[in-house]
Parts: sequence; structure tokens; C-alpha cells
Amino acid sequence: MKRQGWMAAAWLIALVLAAVFAPAVANFDPYSGSADSLLPPFTQGHWFGTDDLGRDIWAETVFGARVSLIVGVSAALLGAIVGVAMGALAGWHRGAVDATLMRLTEFFQILPRFVLAMIVIALFGPGIGKVILVITVLAWPQTARMVRASVATLRRAPFVEAARIGGMPGSRVLMQEVVPNVLAPVIVLAAMDVAAAILLEAGLGFFGLGDPNLVSWGAMLNEAQQYLRSAWWMAVFPGATIALTVLAFNRLADVLNAGLDPRGRS
Amino acid sequence: MRRILHAIPLLLAVILLNYGLIAATPGDPVTALVGDFPAPAAYRAQVRHDYGLDKPVPIQALRYLVRVLHGDLGYSFANRQPVVSLIAGRLLATLELVGTALAFASIAGVLLGAVSAQFGGGIFDRATRGALTVGYALPEFWVGQMLILCFAIWLGWLPSQGAHAIRGAAGGWAGIADGLRHLLLPAIALSLRYLALIARVTRTSILDVLGANFVLAARARGAGSIRVLFGHALRNAAAPVLNTIGFNLGFILAGSALVETVFGWPGIGRLLFDSIESRDYPTMLGILLLVSVCVVGANLLTDIVHRLVDPRVA
Repeated sequence: MKRQGWMAAAWLIALVLAAVFAPAVANFDPYSGSADSLLPPFTQGHWFGTDDLGRDIWAETVFGARVSLIVGVSAALLGAIVGVAMGALAGWHRGAVDATLMRLTEFFQILPRFVLAMIVIALFGPGIGKVILVITVLAWPQTARMVRASVATLRRAPFVEAARIGGMPGSRVLMQEVVPNVLAPVIVLAAMDVAAAILLEAGLGFFGLGDPNLVSWGAMLNEAQQYLRSAWWMAVFPGATIALTVLAFNRLADVLNAGLDPRGRS
Repeated sequence: MRRILHAIPLLLAVILLNYGLIAATPGDPVTALVGDFPAPAAYRAQVRHDYGLDKPVPIQALRYLVRVLHGDLGYSFANRQPVVSLIAGRLLATLELVGTALAFASIAGVLLGAVSAQFGGGIFDRATRGALTVGYALPEFWVGQMLILCFAIWLGWLPSQGAHAIRGAAGGWAGIADGLRHLLLPAIALSLRYLALIARVTRTSILDVLGANFVLAARARGAGSIRVLFGHALRNAAAPVLNTIGFNLGFILAGSALVETVFGWPGIGRLLFDSIESRDYPTMLGILLLVSVCVVGANLLTDIVHRLVDPRVA
């Protein structure tokens, strides 16, 4: 468990560094093709080979990390913020506010998010901002439900009552006393949301709905599909990178969960 | 009963969301109803009139709602066919793929989870859990591509595209065998994530009850460990497994769209991919509506069956 957590952390740190310093890490320009198309791995300095247009797969994979990480992390972060806000309001106020917000949450939770995301992007056009927005809109309900449940329990806790009796205004009690106490599981959920968002972004890219101006792992797999017979490396490397990244974020969530759960501490 | 009443506003909201997407589409909303084609002006005017697009928004929304409730999802100009019949023609292929994948994921997942729980903490358990975590992280469309590489291209054992041989469908047993050969790889690709999920849920719920009184009682009566596992503990896993499938149906159908695209499977997912490519908006929206209704229905059904299986949840 612990060793796997370190391995996941190492992979994610390497990935972030590769994404930030992509031009230095990649020895070729991922956007410019060459006459050397469909070269197998380890020929002429192309570690991962080249694609049908002669672009270097290693460079594309490294630059693709940027899109995946930006989409995954921003969508999870925004989803967590919206989810905490909605859940805290619903759990704190109860009554009509609670009922309305929970109905809304339930509606968004039941929507088939992957198919909806595909159709929204197809209707409104591609773009990394839109992808982040769509994933956020569809990612917050789970956080909201969890936060609501914890806030509703904490509302009557002695330390909260004490703050209220001490004359602290309700909104400050909520923000300073209650919300910080429910954030631990939100972080775990956010790590899982990053993994889910990266998978969703890859699926959109595979459906040809990614940003046409940026390389992404999903779009690489879309192109690889036509060349499976002649160039296996076009599919193997970007796909394995997605799998390892998703695995690492899921592991991170598991490790955080074990670390943050007081019962699991030993 | 209250659950059913609860599902009705959700269904109406889902239909209105579809209308909202049409109304919010950049440019002329008629385009969202016709698709991005050079359709004749008379036809566009007809659509504008039929959907009351010259009327105020609430009336437009109401008209759309009434049309959908009458089973009218519009006309696919790209395919010269009503969307409903277009979708109906593809439904069986998707049901075949999704049904097979879910059946496989459930059976294999429950067995794996049960055996893993039985050997809790041992080598087998740890190896299985590691494999399941990996299985859950794999994008199903990439799994599909890797299966094609291994079993269709390198080994040449199985076909990589379509639902049956191109050269005329063989009849009788040969036809069934051919269908199964085509079904095998896409079904495995689609099932892997849910197999992992189901195995994990099964393992946890069995570990939860292995120390429970009724299991101890069964042991005390002399029931062997296999009997305890399959006769007593496994029953407890039924409800969580059912929930896993029911509440993930939206993802399963989306996964099916991706897998169908990889394998050229002639189902709804492939239709979605083609309609996105050809900007056939009414077909896209029709599929979204179908999937949304399926998900609402699956949630409702899961709740009802859950109550029947597990009397504690009343």
C-alpha cells in the first residue's frame, strides 16, 4: 500500500515535470510532421516511433500530458468548490433550500455525463475551456451529497453550538467551524475526480471532440485506430500513459483515504 | 410507488434539458433540429413552424415536450429517416453487446470477488486486488485496441470489425458461432472496468458478513466453507452488485459508444459517433434522450429491485 503510494506519487511528479518542461523533455516538435512517417520505436532518435504524419510520438505524449493534467485538475478543483458550496448550503439550512438543492443535485447526478459531454461539445464546438466546464458541471453532485451529509451532522455538534452561543454569525460558523471539518473526504473525492476527468477527456478526444489545436492522448488514440495494423506504437504508448495516470490518481485517492481516516491510522 | 412518482419530474426535466440544448445552440435553432446540412429552405420553414420556433420560449418548450411524449424525436435529414426508426434499427446490436458484457462482468466479478474474500489477505487476494485496481483504470476503448492488436492482428484468431462476417451471414450454428466470434472482443473490452468494480464490491460485502452471526450459525451447523460462501455470504452481495450496475448504466452506455466505434459494431454508439461526424444534430439529441431515459429507468428499477432483494431497505 505504502510502496504503491510512493510509486503513484513518483509517476505523477514525473508527469507534472514533463508537462511543465515539455519543450525541453521532448526532442522533437509535436506539431510539425516530417517525411519519416510510421517509423517504429527507437529508430532515428524517435523513442516511441512516429505517426502517420511523421510526428514524434514521445513528443506528442509529453505535450499531451498538458491537456490531460489541466483538464483533470481544473475540472476536479472547480467541481470540488461547487460541490462544497452546494452541499454546505443544503446541509446547513435544511428545509426548502435543502430540498431544492438536493433535487438539483439528484438531477445532475442522474444525467449520463459522458454522452451529454459529447453532445454539448459537438453542438457548441470544441475547446479546452468548454471541456473543463462540461466536466465540472457533471462532477460536483457526488461531493455535494457527501458534504451535505457531514454538515448536517456537524450542525448540532457541541463545538458548533458553542460558536453560535458565543455570538458568531451563522455564515462565519459555517465557513470557519463546519466546512474545514468536512474537507478531508472532499480531497479524496477530488483525487478520484481527476482520474475520472482524465478518462472523460480522453474519451472525448477519441471521439474527435478534443481541441483541434492541441495534442491530446485521446486524439492520438483516435488517429491510431486507422493504423492499428501498420503502427501498433501509435496506440500502445498514449493509451498506456492514460492508464498509468488514471491508476496513479486512483492510488493517490486510496492512500489519502487511508491516511485521513482516523480509524485506519496505526 | 413514491419512487415512481419521483421519477416523473426527472424524466420531464431530462426532456426539457434536450430542448434547452436546442435553444442554446449557437446560430439558428432550426439547425439543431435539421442538422448542419444545406436543407431546402421550404423544409427549414416547415420545421420552424412545426416546432413553433416563432412563438415564445415556454410554448416552444411545451411543444417539444408534447412531441417527444408522442414518440417523435424528429427527422434525420442526413439519413432520410425518422430518428426513432433509425435508433430502433440499432438498438438490438447495442443490447447484445451491453447485455453480454454486463453478464460476463457480473458472473466473473462475483466469482473473483468471492474467491478473493475467501482467501482474504493471502497472495491470491492481494494479486487479485492489484489486478482489479489496474483493470479499473484502463480506458475501455484502448483495451479494445489492444485486444484487436493481440487477437486479431498478431494471432489472427478473431475478427476485429463488425458484428458478423461481411460475406453473407451464414445460417444455423455456423451463423451463431460467427456472431459469437465477433462479439467476444468488444464484450471483454466493455466489461473489464465493471468486472473490476463488481469484484471489489462483492469482496467487501462478503468480508462484511463473514463474521456475522448467521454465517457463524451456518458454520456451527457444519456447513463447509464453500456452502457458507455460496449459500449464505454471497446472497448479501446481490444488492450491492445490482446497485453497481444500475447506478453506472450511463457510463456503461457511454463506454459502449467508444467500444462500438473501435470495433465497428453497428449499434447506437456507432450511430452517435457517425452523427457527430456528420453534424446530424437530431440523431445526437435523440440518442441523448434515449440514454437519459434508460438511466432514469435503471435507477428506478434498481431502487425497486433493491427493496425486493433486501427487505431492510423499506
